[in-house]
Amino acid sequence: MDETVLGEKKYRGEFIKPGRHYLEGSEACVEGALLAGMKVYAGYPITPASEIMEHASRRLPQFGGRFIQMEDEISAACTLIGASWAGAKAMTATSSPGFSLMQEAISFSIMTETPLVIVDVQRPGPGQGYITTSQEDVMQARYGHHGEGPIIALAPSSVQDMFELTIEAFNLSEKWRTPVLIMAEETVAHMREQLIVPELDTIEIIGRKKPQGLGITPENYLPYGHELVPPMANFGEGYNINHVSLAHHADGNVGNYSLKAHRENIERLHQKIEGSVNEIARVESQFLGDCDHVLICYGSVARTGLEAVKEVRELHGIKMGFIRLVTLWPFPEEILRNLISTVKTVFVPEMNLGMMKHPIAEALRDKCDQVISIPEIGALHNPEKLVDKVLEVSTC
Amino acid sequence: MKKDNRFEIRIAGFGGQGVVTIGKVLGSAFTIYEGLNSVNTRSYGPESRGGACRSEVVVSQGEIHYPSVRKADVLVALSQTALDKYMKDLKEDGILLVDPNSVKDVPKGFVYFKVPAMEIAHSVGNVKFQNSVVLGALAAILESMIKKESLKLAVSENVPPNTIEKNIEAFEAGWARIVTAKLAVAE
Repeated sequence: MDETVLGEKKYRGEFIKPGRHYLEGSEACVEGALLAGMKVYAGYPITPASEIMEHASRRLPQFGGRFIQMEDEISAACTLIGASWAGAKAMTATSSPGFSLMQEAISFSIMTETPLVIVDVQRPGPGQGYITTSQEDVMQARYGHHGEGPIIALAPSSVQDMFELTIEAFNLSEKWRTPVLIMAEETVAHMREQLIVPELDTIEIIGRKKPQGLGITPENYLPYGHELVPPMANFGEGYNINHVSLAHHADGNVGNYSLKAHRENIERLHQKIEGSVNEIARVESQFLGDCDHVLICYGSVARTGLEAVKEVRELHGIKMGFIRLVTLWPFPEEILRNLISTVKTVFVPEMNLGMMKHPIAEALRDKCDQVISIPEIGALHNPEKLVDKVLEVSTC
Repeated sequence: MKKDNRFEIRIAGFGGQGVVTIGKVLGSAFTIYEGLNSVNTRSYGPESRGGACRSEVVVSQGEIHYPSVRKADVLVALSQTALDKYMKDLKEDGILLVDPNSVKDVPKGFVYFKVPAMEIAHSVGNVKFQNSVVLGALAAILESMIKKESLKLAVSENVPPNTIEKNIEAFEAGWARIVTAKLAVAE
């Protein structure tokens, strides 16, 4: 139970109970967010992300949280920024066309080091595109916003992940003071399956580092300084905060601007995320012991991928390894390189025409003979497609 | 069902026939009340009511990786379009359940179940109950896999509270139809 007092009113929201549930990915995402401490949801509906918004609209007010339907995705993302500086953990969900509209706010949040969580339930594009499933925004997640701004992006592949990775996304955003993206797809958001909720007191919830806790007084506070991840004072706590996305000094001052100051700022932002990649990023792997080939995938394609890998191993005797990227960005290059000695072929199935194939190929450039993309547009690959491609390549 | 063996159920028809609800209820009954793993997925077009609609449930004692149907063990076809489209993915010894008022043309020689779900639902009081009729029929057909009580509980949990009684009545009518019916053979 979460007891919140707002004004005169007391709210006693009941968290999801420990044990076995049968939920849709969208519902699991919201239940995870509530446990992580979400207090604001601002959004604009869009297929196939609307179920997250609907569930948030039912559940968040029970906890005294603020659910707001905004006029568009731009204002929804900007509302999260304000909420976060007011001290509330905030989330929104959208789908690809709406994700484009949020890019400015994402860039702004990276520069102002504002923790917030954005779920992109990807659908095929460009334009308004179609309404089925997709992984076509994985590059937009990293490079869609302007400027050299590193990002954290996670790729859930099950209902359990929609729950756990949403909690992890809030934790990462608070810990690293940065926006975190959950790159879901229609497949995983609309899928129903078992969710096992652990005892609630075993779930780790991370809050932001505060200047008060470090003994930093308002007079000495630097909103963008002190440490690699600067401590964050909320508005209204007596700390002066120049909340600015213009190039700034550690105290938030934009006067005496110099290129040197800007470079230092960008380098720290980069170092904070990319320099901590091995701490932030996660991959999962199976059958890497003696493999001749490896299949690397992420999101719900990892389910088809694992099914196909097991099938080619069991039915065709092909020594095939399996890797799933849980974290897409920062890209786990070193982790991948340490997992693989040398292999003949790396297969990369994706629900796009070959996007993550590029950083994978770059990371494993001297560790494999070839990298083969297995693209699919608007639908989950069926396992036969992956098996056929593997047989075609490995037997020639 | 052997461990790691997949049992795959596909329900297809038009939006508004309760196709999505059937999948959701089946999946939750298998997982919550039978302790099996199950994954329920759905597909839809840009339309809602009247557009082609599909729901799938994959059941296994082991882990389920690929979430969709590969080769269906059960096909519930609530429209001729659905049958024409998905018959090829049904196993040769698979179970076919159709609403004979919507599905007239079944491949020759195929043994299948006929349940006039919409007609039965109408007699219970509302065509909206046709999903519960189908679930009742499936409870009888899949008797060896899932307890009738499990499905009934799942129905009660997934329909609006003020319609539970009627939905259970529809469920029982679907069950009775299978218990008393003889299998039809397509001519």
